[in-house]
Amino acid sequence: MPTSPASSNAADWQPTASLETLRLRARLLRETRDFFDARGLVEVETPQLSAAAATDLHLESLAVTAPGGGLRGWLHTSPEFPMKRLLAAGSGDIWQLARVFRGAERGRRHNPEFSLLEWYRVGWDAPRLMDEVDALLRSLATGRVTLGPTERLSYRAAFLRHAGFDPFLAETAEMLAALASAGVPTPPDLAADREACLDLVLATRVEPAFDPGRPTFVHDFPATHAALARIRPGEPAVAERFELFLGGMELANGFHELTDPAEQAARFDADLAARGARGLVEPPVDGRLLQAMRHGLPDCAGVALGFDRLVMILAGAAHIDAVLAFPWGHC
Amino acid sequence: MATYSTNEFRSGLKILLDGDPCVILENEFVKPGKGQAFNRVRIRNLKTGRVNEKTFKSNESVESADVVDTDMQYLYYDGEFWHFMVPDTFEQYAADEKVVSEAKEWLKEQDSCQVTLWNNQPLLVQPPNFVELKIVETDPGLRGDTATGGQKPAKLETGAVVRVPLFIEQGEVIRVDTRTGAYVSRVK
Repeated sequence: MPTSPASSNAADWQPTASLETLRLRARLLRETRDFFDARGLVEVETPQLSAAAATDLHLESLAVTAPGGGLRGWLHTSPEFPMKRLLAAGSGDIWQLARVFRGAERGRRHNPEFSLLEWYRVGWDAPRLMDEVDALLRSLATGRVTLGPTERLSYRAAFLRHAGFDPFLAETAEMLAALASAGVPTPPDLAADREACLDLVLATRVEPAFDPGRPTFVHDFPATHAALARIRPGEPAVAERFELFLGGMELANGFHELTDPAEQAARFDADLAARGARGLVEPPVDGRLLQAMRHGLPDCAGVALGFDRLVMILAGAAHIDAVLAFPWGHC
Repeated sequence: MATYSTNEFRSGLKILLDGDPCVILENEFVKPGKGQAFNRVRIRNLKTGRVNEKTFKSNESVESADVVDTDMQYLYYDGEFWHFMVPDTFEQYAADEKVVSEAKEWLKEQDSCQVTLWNNQPLLVQPPNFVELKIVETDPGLRGDTATGGQKPAKLETGAVVRVPLFIEQGEVIRVDTRTGAYVSRVK
């Protein structure tokens, strides 16, 4: 009988999370459901398996193939596209807790399969949605963890304060110098990739400087980091995107959603071109999302929150394995 | 040449960096939302022993280093090289002073030790954590003085000098922790 690899450790079958943590997880799930129910959002379920996939340069979708060749598809990295199709169909405010998959992401705060809490608010903008994320956080933290006052600052202010340069104006040489002065070594070809420089500074200098006990929202990202957020024109133009940091981790990412189908199609094309230039897989674009957007995606804001990380914070866990029954490597 | 992708990184993995064999001590995966992922690692250069930090873009690949730890018996020193043998196969290896480094102070003929081979050449020699060696030179023992806690230097048969309690006599065999060079106990 073929068996999957197991370590020689006879206790390898055991869950990596304590039963107490798993019970806490179950209570948080119920409270989350109550939170959205009380606010009138409808819980929806969308497919994990799809013929199209995300095109993001830094997301790796898992490809699924039936051994007989009868089916080829992709596991979703977030439920964003089908949820937007529901919004275009007139669903109104919706939420779901989705199991999503991202290849090659494994570490203290990453598991390739994880739970994403994603919701959309019709007619809302990013600041209003940040308030609701904060309200959910505080509701779930009550009686468990004391949170400091919430802070909001722009991407630019966060970099000026904690990295010492303006992320909209600085040359990569200045960013590399800021990394070097903090003792962060850099890969040799980093200078050629401005976005990656900003990403490394964010991960190693800015994010660790935030008070871990205080929800910190960073908003108004550079247009190069817009992903699926709309761009607000100005000098400089900024993406109406926000991220929430807590407990030394990135916990949520939200957008005032892009609704322009032509702009969406152009971003898909740009993503695929960037993937092609790096020799990465170019997955099929979601044509049905574009159709839905041409029909009309209502003005809305959406956010995705890493539920496992939220459980980590509320359980006081330092490793994601402590809040998952059977993380990758144990299943 | 075999390679490892950054997503196979884990502590203990042996990789080749700038031509030198290194071992990964710690690996942290960092990925800002929607951004470039990186692996931040602490590595020890196995040639120099130096510990460094390094950042890789995730999904880069790195050459593996053909490094294996083998238990060997120390045979003899010929004035230039230290000679070791794998007990099972009788294969012999010669290591120079740079490779033997501080380990030579603890090597006694016939004792076993760990030799790290890189491309089948000795790279590092590690003595056992504890060795039992005879004292060849020390001041006469102070009989009965087991309480004052005083110490004196003692030269061992391998040339190492360690601090021992005052009651220890020349010609006695003692147990020493090679990681700290500290006296552990008398061996009867």
